[in-house]
Amino acid sequence: MKILVPVKRVVDYNVKVRVKADGTGVETAGVKMSMNPFDEIAVEEAVRLKEKGIATEIVAVSLGIAACAETIRTALAMGADRGILVETDVDLQPLAVAKLLKALAEREQPGLMILGKQAIDDDMSSTGQMLAALLGWPQGTFASKLVFENGGLTVTREVDGGLETVALSLPAIVTTDLRLNEPRYASLPNIMKARKKPIETLKPADLGVDPAPRLTVLKVVEPAKRKAGAKVGSVAELVQKLRTEAKVI
Amino acid sequence: MTALVLLDHDGSAIKQPARSAVAAALHLGEVHVLVAGHGARAAAEAAGLLPGVTKVLYADNEAFAHGLAEPLAALLVALAPGYTHVLVAATAAGKNVLPRAAALMDSQPISEVAGVIDADTFVRPIYAGNALATVRSSDAIKFLTVRAASFDPVAAEGGSAKVEDAPGIALPTLSRFVSAELSRSERPELTAARVVISGGRGMQNGENFKLIEPIADRLGAAVGASRAAVDAGFVPNDYQVGQTGKIVAPDLYVAIGISGAIQHLAGMKDSKVIVAINKDEEAPIFQVADYGLVADLFKALPELAAELERTA
Ligand SMILES: Cc1cc2nc3c(=O)[nH]c(=O)nc-3n(C[C@H](O)[C@H](O)[C@H](O)COP(=O)(O)OP(=O)(O)OC[C@H]3O[C@@H](n4cnc5c(N)ncnc54)[C@H](O)[C@@H]3O)c2cc1C
Ligand SMILES: Nc1ncnc2c1ncn2[C@@H]1O[C@H](COP(=O)(O)O)[C@@H](O)[C@H]1O
Repeated sequence: MKILVPVKRVVDYNVKVRVKADGTGVETAGVKMSMNPFDEIAVEEAVRLKEKGIATEIVAVSLGIAACAETIRTALAMGADRGILVETDVDLQPLAVAKLLKALAEREQPGLMILGKQAIDDDMSSTGQMLAALLGWPQGTFASKLVFENGGLTVTREVDGGLETVALSLPAIVTTDLRLNEPRYASLPNIMKARKKPIETLKPADLGVDPAPRLTVLKVVEPAKRKAGAKVGSVAELVQKLRTEAKVI
Repeated sequence: MTALVLLDHDGSAIKQPARSAVAAALHLGEVHVLVAGHGARAAAEAAGLLPGVTKVLYADNEAFAHGLAEPLAALLVALAPGYTHVLVAATAAGKNVLPRAAALMDSQPISEVAGVIDADTFVRPIYAGNALATVRSSDAIKFLTVRAASFDPVAAEGGSAKVEDAPGIALPTLSRFVSAELSRSERPELTAARVVISGGRGMQNGENFKLIEPIADRLGAAVGASRAAVDAGFVPNDYQVGQTGKIVAPDLYVAIGISGAIQHLAGMKDSKVIVAINKDEEAPIFQVADYGLVADLFKALPELAAELERTA
């Protein structure tokens, strides 16, 4: 089974992002970029499935500017076999990403696609569900466990009240939650090997998709800052303040 | 303009986040609601009581019993053409189904809407709430998930809308519900509680969460946790508060042994009053806390339980 893993290049999760003074977005110039943490989990899961003999080939895909090739390299160093970069300067929104990924799925015919449950920049949490819809495939979102049996897949999902297990026919879409696995660090020899693995570059037009955004960003602002309050000296003072000053208990 | 809100329910009552989604929809025009389930007519009747709702559509089918995304999205797609907006609360259940329906209608969904400017324009947090984006949609039908913490829920009663059966449609059978392992608790739900008490890695193990219980009992609080506490297996996954867990905005949030990483703050910094108990006075959580207590939690929690008892 071939697995396609879309990996997004995002501002590293440790960076304290700053809103641009002109209100058009957040500052990304000179900021550390990394693979979306949920996508690392997706790559890790795919690599484990290959190690178990369930997957035969892993294709890492990234969509966006030329620098997304670095994100693909990271996936290749973790164990993906080859990469596809869909290169564009257009601000890609999840619907456009889903359409481009659908076109790639039709070309590559994977048995499974594993996406992150959420990109930590746009926090949309929707691309996997949309891709599943466009392909007419079942979806197992927010997955914390995958089991392959009898030609199908059961997915344990993190839901509002706990966990839920669903059975999916293949091909299917899975999106990863944090507790699916702990991604490995790429070893130096694997980083070296990854340099020789192929990355194909395509344009949205090659896939017959118009990637134009549907949402116009009118402005981006910083949220109101919360002021640090006071330190209290004791539990008794805390309880007294909550009762008489804040009046919340 | 009429909006359709898909309501999250437990078979008999409407969940609080769904009532917040109705509140958001009321900014857009007339509001119809959809209750999908199996043997859940009581929930549909309850939906009719929500103030401001003018019509309840009830869809009864075994395929809807467990909220599977594929049949639910098909139902939304069948109904959407009659509406300008389709909304659902941004819960795990809502986020699972709404984008699927939106894609089938060639619409770019807008996730975690925290403000409604007008029929096309919405405010939503990005980058773990470190920025707020105002976005305008050019799609004919807008699909929104609503951040419940940003909208005061409508009351559970006061309205009197009629319940109609939703049209029957052909439903896809791509997935099958197998089982659920739900955390059982007598406490209020995290996203609905007036008081939330969360424990972090500083709690050291699951057993120690018992120290929180008498305090939560006394305050009628829900119990939450940081990701570190969930990952370490102290508490189940549905306790997680944060960017990638639950978003809460209670009157009182108490963070115990939690450092205050941005991903955690993203889920609780809109709480009215924040209390932090942490032994490290440099912990970032103190930068957002209204009341900070620098203390060892193993000493402070029993003291807090006793003090609440004593001064009750
Ligand atoms: C993609 C991604 C998504 C994430 N999403 C979330 C999310 O949704 N929610 C979330 O919470 N995190 C999330 N995180 C993780 C986040 O970055 C932090 O790692 C996590 O919040 C830390 O949890 P913590 O504060 O419990 O642990 P720590 O950072 O280890 O802090 C423990 C605190 O306990 C204090 N302490 C220890 N012992 C005691 C004691 N005896 N008495 C008093 N205080 C004590 C310490 O001083 C310390 O401040 C995410 C991370 C990533 C990469
Ligand atoms: N530009 C992109 N390139 C590759 N993968 C993407 C891209 N955008 C979104 N994805 C995938 O979709 C997931 C969810 O993103 P989102 O719906 O934007 O939160 C991510 O974790 C990725 O797996």
